[in-house]
Amino acid sequence: MTDTHDVIIIGAGHNGLVCAATLAKAGRRVVVLERADRPGGAARTRTFAPGYSVSSGAHFLNQFPVSLIEELQLAKHGLRFAAKGLATVALQADGRHLRLDGAKAAATDLGAVDQQAFAEFHAEIASYAAVLAGAFGRRPPRLVDSDWRDRLGLLKLGWDIRTLGRDRMREVLRIGLMNIHDLASERFEDARLRSAVAFDAVLGTSMGPRAPNTVMSYLYRRTADAFGHAGPSIPVGGMGAFADALAAAATARGAEIRLQAGVASIVVHEGRATGVVLDSGEVLNASTVISNADPRTTLKGLVGYRELDAGFVRRVEGIRMRGMAAKLHLALDALPSIPGLDAANAGDRLVLCPSLEGLDEAMNPSKYRQFSAEPVIELCIPTLHDPSLAPPGKHVISAVVQYAPVDLEGGWTAAARAEFEARIMARLETVMPGIGSLVSSSELCVAPDIQSEFGIHGGHWHHGEISVDQLLMMRPVVLFSQYAMPIDGLWLCGAGAHPGGGVMGLAGRNCAQEIIRKRASA
Amino acid sequence: MNTLATRPAHDPRAMLETPFHPRIAAANGLQSWYNWKGYVSAERLDQIEFEYFAIRNATAVFDISPMTKYRIEGPDSEAFLNRLFTRDVRKIREGRVGYGVWCDDAGQVQDDGTLFHTGPDLWRLCSQERCLDWLHWSALGYDVRITDETASVAALAVQGPTSCSTLRAMGLSGIETLKPFELRSFPFHDGELMVSRTGFTGDLGYEIWTSTALALPLWDALFAAGEHFLIKPIGSAALNIARIEAGFIMAGADFVPAEQGVRHGRSRSPFELGLDWLVDFDKGQFTGRRALLAERASGSRYRFVKLDVEGNKPATNSFIFGAGQRKVVGTVTSAVWCPTAKSNVAMASLDMPYGRPGEELWAEIYYMRELKWTRVMARAKVMETPVFDPPRRRQTPAPRF
Repeated sequence: MTDTHDVIIIGAGHNGLVCAATLAKAGRRVVVLERADRPGGAARTRTFAPGYSVSSGAHFLNQFPVSLIEELQLAKHGLRFAAKGLATVALQADGRHLRLDGAKAAATDLGAVDQQAFAEFHAEIASYAAVLAGAFGRRPPRLVDSDWRDRLGLLKLGWDIRTLGRDRMREVLRIGLMNIHDLASERFEDARLRSAVAFDAVLGTSMGPRAPNTVMSYLYRRTADAFGHAGPSIPVGGMGAFADALAAAATARGAEIRLQAGVASIVVHEGRATGVVLDSGEVLNASTVISNADPRTTLKGLVGYRELDAGFVRRVEGIRMRGMAAKLHLALDALPSIPGLDAANAGDRLVLCPSLEGLDEAMNPSKYRQFSAEPVIELCIPTLHDPSLAPPGKHVISAVVQYAPVDLEGGWTAAARAEFEARIMARLETVMPGIGSLVSSSELCVAPDIQSEFGIHGGHWHHGEISVDQLLMMRPVVLFSQYAMPIDGLWLCGAGAHPGGGVMGLAGRNCAQEIIRKRASA
Repeated sequence: MNTLATRPAHDPRAMLETPFHPRIAAANGLQSWYNWKGYVSAERLDQIEFEYFAIRNATAVFDISPMTKYRIEGPDSEAFLNRLFTRDVRKIREGRVGYGVWCDDAGQVQDDGTLFHTGPDLWRLCSQERCLDWLHWSALGYDVRITDETASVAALAVQGPTSCSTLRAMGLSGIETLKPFELRSFPFHDGELMVSRTGFTGDLGYEIWTSTALALPLWDALFAAGEHFLIKPIGSAALNIARIEAGFIMAGADFVPAEQGVRHGRSRSPFELGLDWLVDFDKGQFTGRRALLAERASGSRYRFVKLDVEGNKPATNSFIFGAGQRKVVGTVTSAVWCPTAKSNVAMASLDMPYGRPGEELWAEIYYMRELKWTRVMARAKVMETPVFDPPRRRQTPAPRF
């Protein structure tokens, strides 16, 4: 038994590392325990075929605040960008692709009215997302037993909405709970524009475009603007290199990171967390135990429901986290041709989503535990920005594909995987004719694989669906949104806590600040 | 599989009948019925005084079949129940019965009930409220099976000084050696009777549990055997007098079950119901433990007291005033004139710190005589023990009357 740390952080995901760096800077003796042999959690670069590497989880850096990058001095710790502020191209089978670059929408035959409408829409959404981003940087206010800080936070949120101006305040309250299908149809004439916007609203969720909450998840994604990103970025060396920089920052501030040190359970004595037991049987003690794992894994797997109150357990069981996104990694002998796309734009974020109706139809089978017949896809060719990921002249495609439910009927057998991969390839062929013949190796990771690779329950990226009932003071569950769990000394710092998932890092930072504040006031 | 009683769709009657209904309906001279959790139940069959004195002087029979009953079984049943209850159920050995409460996360009482340890890894939980959903949520992480057996178990409370003699005469030999809160099975016809020395009267008494098929044979055998011991069927009204006299609280009357409360602050913790003895912090985790520890550290909001009220007018629904008669410090939850103890008892929930043992308070009593309402302020003294607690309640072997 060792007792040399104040704080144990379970999991070296990006939130765990941010939390570690923040606490270490405040003078805490922090140890981060990671089951894998690399830090980063779902921000990881992995070799999937000899000579070919890819970001095996998240493949863009999009929401991690630029201010946090500077605060942690990640550049000093090795973070370099291969590409920044990528535009999005909505690929069309007929070659009439739509390119969205910030507020600018461009396509050969896109009408001036829609171009204008998109520019206005972009600015309007950015103003709403900025309000949300403001709330993301603070702990969520408690509504019951609130203190002055909670009331101030609530006041700030109200004030931020009010200062949008009368018309925009009304509009955000009108659309906040709407579905993206209706909103996009209301704002745009062009089918490509509608579906490109809608795709961004459902990406990483289990919702279709007609589901309420999808406007909220679109706003959620667009907080990226407020965090200083003009579009997705790609680190040199993939997301694993970003994680390495975070780990270096945490280590430089005094945190210890132990790899291949998986935590088997959290030790609870008389309602207080006193430490953890590793897979190896080793016991580590600390007065503060912070979990970067998702709420279900933490509370059911590591703590055990028997140590908790039944009502709380019921809420944790109710967290919706049904993984729906798969990843496909392709090793290519040559760059695929994309007819109609300017070669200079091949390195953009590419989206394959035919229409609103097509998106709806792609989602429908998932309700019945089937995968999409015609999946929708977000992909990038990172080797165009960072050739180090593949042998000279060769390329890699990293694709996020929906909808592939974690609980597929009959399970994800080899046959089911082959069938789904064939359907993805068929979709890719429509915009990249002949791509099949370029593939030398491929890897499909469906939600159960994501669950086992990253330890996320349900294989859900965000550690829980992004929706109004699971955000802010409802995340992870109502009454426990301020990172402290109902076991003394146990905290949650991952994406399952406020403000949520994506590679954002704010859950980790807010959690650390809450712990520091609590000690200061005690 | 839940065996809830159901009616055919074409049957217009909205209420269920208990297995004893044919006998009770025949005996119910007043035809005064009420709805107990969906079952037609007798409120009174005869003059309430006759029924009450059957409890205290002879043998009273009350049909408790509508009481909610859950069968809990499986290797984790004890661990599950220990997480549910605030008391340590491991101390309820096989063949014993325990009274207890269970709370929500906020440490507020959901319900009280009796727990029968009927066999290895086999229990019966009897409660006032339906709580199958809460039991299922509490069972997450436990290997346990929970079945609602309300409709498949027939049960009678047989209470009063001659109850033991009645059961002996019925052929339950050795019943007098059954200790309070103990249970034992007796062969009966082609099945068996489970008898527990429990009840809601504070008197010598038993509860008999059997299959619905044996309900009417049980009734007939019981009344044949009890004829010389002045056996009498009773309704809920007489029972209510007896339970207040004995100082027993009732869900829905003396506290709001936490899951049913809508308004903030209306529910009560075990401490606020005077049930401190049912909370065991040393047994490990149970739902509400964290909140109750916090309450113990910071103090309770309310105190539950038994009051000895001067005069003979029940302090029903009264406000309780502090010593100066100026400030309302609480309200009465149950009140009745107790005929055996000859005292006017009220149970009340008071704001802290009022209600210390022996403290003198005032009850504001309104009563009406021929449409004229009168208000009196009556002295109300906080009592430490119930007014009715006879030795026969606890004596083993049970005394013969």
